Amino acid sequence: MGGWLPSAWLGHDAWQALVLSLKVATWATLLSLPAGLAVAVLLARGRFPGRQLLNGIVHLPLVLPPVVTGYLLLLSFGRRGWPGTWLEETFGIVFAFRWTGAALAAAIMGFPLMVRAIRLSVEAVDRRLEEAASTLGASRVRVFLTVTLPLILPGVVAGAILSFARGLGEFGATITFVSNIPGETQTLPSAIYAFLQVPGGETSALRLVAVSIVIAMAALLASEVLARAVARRIGQE
Amino acid sequence: MGAFALEAAFDAPPGVTALFGHSGAGKTTIVNAVAGLIRPEAGRIVLGERVLFDRAAGIALPPPRRRIGMVFQEGRLFPHMSVRANLGYAARATGRRPDPAEEARVVEMLGIGDLLSRRPARLSGGEKQRVAIGRALLSRPDLLVMDEPLASLDTARKEEILPWLERLRDEVRVPILYVSHAVEEVARLATSLVLLRDGRVEQAGPVEALLADPAIAPRFGMREAGAVLTGTVTAHHPDGLSEIAVSAGALLLPQVPHAPGSSIRIRIEAQDIILSRGRPEGLSALNILPGEVSAVRMGEGPGALVQLRCGADLLLARITRRSAEALALAPGVACHAVLKSVAVARADVGGSGVAPADAVARGIETRGD
Repeated sequence: MGGWLPSAWLGHDAWQALVLSLKVATWATLLSLPAGLAVAVLLARGRFPGRQLLNGIVHLPLVLPPVVTGYLLLLSFGRRGWPGTWLEETFGIVFAFRWTGAALAAAIMGFPLMVRAIRLSVEAVDRRLEEAASTLGASRVRVFLTVTLPLILPGVVAGAILSFARGLGEFGATITFVSNIPGETQTLPSAIYAFLQVPGGETSALRLVAVSIVIAMAALLASEVLARAVARRIGQE
Repeated sequence: MGAFALEAAFDAPPGVTALFGHSGAGKTTIVNAVAGLIRPEAGRIVLGERVLFDRAAGIALPPPRRRIGMVFQEGRLFPHMSVRANLGYAARATGRRPDPAEEARVVEMLGIGDLLSRRPARLSGGEKQRVAIGRALLSRPDLLVMDEPLASLDTARKEEILPWLERLRDEVRVPILYVSHAVEEVARLATSLVLLRDGRVEQAGPVEALLADPAIAPRFGMREAGAVLTGTVTAHHPDGLSEIAVSAGALLLPQVPHAPGSSIRIRIEAQDIILSRGRPEGLSALNILPGEVSAVRMGEGPGALVQLRCGADLLLARITRRSAEALALAPGVACHAVLKSVAVARADVGGSGVAPADAVARGIETRGD
């Protein structure tokens, strides 16, 4: 990768931060999709005591200062926390000072955005179509898989992209939870932050800033294009 | 759901049973309860010998298990699937291997062969409804329920789709429950009629008898009241009239789109019939049928309804009370019904429920047959 133009232009550390950010954000989004879908459907359709509580908890990362979220993550999933040690002993998964921790932070911070987007989609599905499907002999599961899911796909895509974009830009929780270790937990924003601390690091910082802007614009554009393509495919346009 | 007591027990024999009532009478509530889409607080729903719902016994079959095909007012086709995929949905949903011959029969019967690869967004209202009917039929239901399927169509689309519905009625062995508040649809399609008011069944019986009943006619509205009779097309005359043999004689109507030999159903609005004690001469009206008064009902206003038996058919005429009294019309009195040919609208003539021989042979199979 050393001779590659972008990597040469950015410099080794910046390039590493970019690649790490993409990896962290991708994993964070992919792994939180099933849970995001489940929670969105639950909030949109479920009638159970504590629904508003669940809604509140899901939205907490949106309103809490990211550093607070990061610290809570540190307390629970860090080396000393109870869920953290259990995960390490049972599955060998370590979050503290690892990119997995950055991924967890990104996932948590992006979760409310994902859930909101998917939930809106679920609420927009015409229940009468689902009724029609059930009179044709489809069980509830089959109705969900063959009717509901295809119709909420634009919302799922939008939610995934939003979560991805949020994950790319995650700073406060990440730096609090897993610190700022180049190559391991130094994501794009953390790298920019680090460069600005060092005299003469503004050039590198600026380059990373440019990259961030490009990626953000690209993510937004992709989100639009994908959502429209899916909507066309399912006949809503 | 608001507190709504429904008491309805009626038979749905082969053919179309029309459930007629005004808005709020409970028609959609009944069909949704029958389909399992809403759950009544108390009661019992039985289809043939199968108990679909029994609150007291704790039985409530979910919609997928009821084998009732529903056609909704809005069609409700799946927008993310092609017409072909919509049609095959029930087979896939129940894990059944699709039967191409059965699909082909239904597609041909409803005339949707050209639409198979289209998406619902590209279909007209009438086409959507035909696909919706095909989709429901291909779920092999024990009962086909159509909930005001033409309500969202304009007059031209309705006219276009009615012959397909007549064909459906005549060729398919599944009983059809047809919910409507439109008299002309009921008059054209129904084999039997169930009148619903405020959640209760007021009357039920063969459509010819109920539409010709002067006691019931006000329920349809005075301008819509009218009887139906069945006749056979005997000839198409070169001057644009068709001759139709009915039990009391022959009728001449503006050319009907049915071949000689076919059986048709004609709806004659009560307000279009003139009554005459003697056989009138020198009239422009071409249709004069001899008959006998079977019932007279004086209205509250200036009108009166007279039921006539002409041969084997019943006709309903709306005249003034003054004339009814002046002509001394009473049950048993001989009388003639006079009808202008041009008064019968094209929309009031349709194929009849009497199926010609080959339609029986082409009948669509259903489960349990």
